[in-house]
Amino acid sequence: MLKNIIIAVILIVFAVLFFDLFMLYEARTGLTGIAQYYAQNGAKEVGAANLVTSIVVTYRGFDTLGEVTILFVAASIISFFLKLKENDESKNISSKDTTEILVTASNVLVPVIFLFGIYVFINGHLTPGGGFQGGAIIATGVALMILANPNIKINTQIIHWVESISGVGYVVVGIFGLILAGGFLDNKITGLGEFGALFSAGAIPIIYSFIGLKVGAEISNILNKYQKSQKND
Amino acid sequence: MNREFLYIVLTIFLGVASIVLSFISIHSKKLSLAVIAVGVVSLFASILFLLMSAPDVAMTEAAIGSGLTTLIFFYVLNKIKKSDA
Repeated sequence: MLKNIIIAVILIVFAVLFFDLFMLYEARTGLTGIAQYYAQNGAKEVGAANLVTSIVVTYRGFDTLGEVTILFVAASIISFFLKLKENDESKNISSKDTTEILVTASNVLVPVIFLFGIYVFINGHLTPGGGFQGGAIIATGVALMILANPNIKINTQIIHWVESISGVGYVVVGIFGLILAGGFLDNKITGLGEFGALFSAGAIPIIYSFIGLKVGAEISNILNKYQKSQKND
Repeated sequence: MNREFLYIVLTIFLGVASIVLSFISIHSKKLSLAVIAVGVVSLFASILFLLMSAPDVAMTEAAIGSGLTTLIFFYVLNKIKKSDA
């Protein structure tokens, strides 16, 4: 009874607070402050046709490094808590066969999904999407592989190497920006190139490829850990 | 005009369906049904993001929200069932 009263009081307080905010709300008709600066000078300064990318990778590149780090920490913690026993490696996960339809579909679709993921992060500075989206798409390909064949062995060595190299590469490109251009993660270490071409916008395609590979490897690693944790006791 | 009308109808349908599915996911006795409902809510949310012209957010939501999260939830459910028995 008391619990319900407390919940009701909290809800009423929140309602009053948010009603005030709601009454103060006015729809904006134009961009303000820094958003206007990005919209006007983003294409000229960064050379990326996708304005979101130029903000995420260049103007706010340091935040993106933080996001990648958060994902890395999350993957590490999952690996830590899903530790396997020594004899778990050899056990089978499922003795049941998956359906023919799923196996055939995965054989056809997995390469296409990988290719699409790579397309998304390489074209991150031209079309919507980027490193995180491309990496997530690659990981869904890995998920489909695992669904079609639950006993599949994923080579964790390759995943670890890809993840480490792309993480280090991301920071190295950032430091090159510090030496050769205006600051950490500045994309003007190479020429900006022709606006709208595949090889343009300086270091953005390189950075986004590193991010995409790193995110894909990290999420694949998480999936692989969960897959191994299903082994029968 | 016609296109705009369709857009509004689709948006309202997706919003209402998301709310209904959220209630199902909270109140259903079967956990597997709840997980699937959450996955479908994510899928609808990604279509909504696409309609609001944010294709990059829609891509992330579709891949992570409705694809990978659902799979991981099922793995965890399976693990819990095994350790209960």
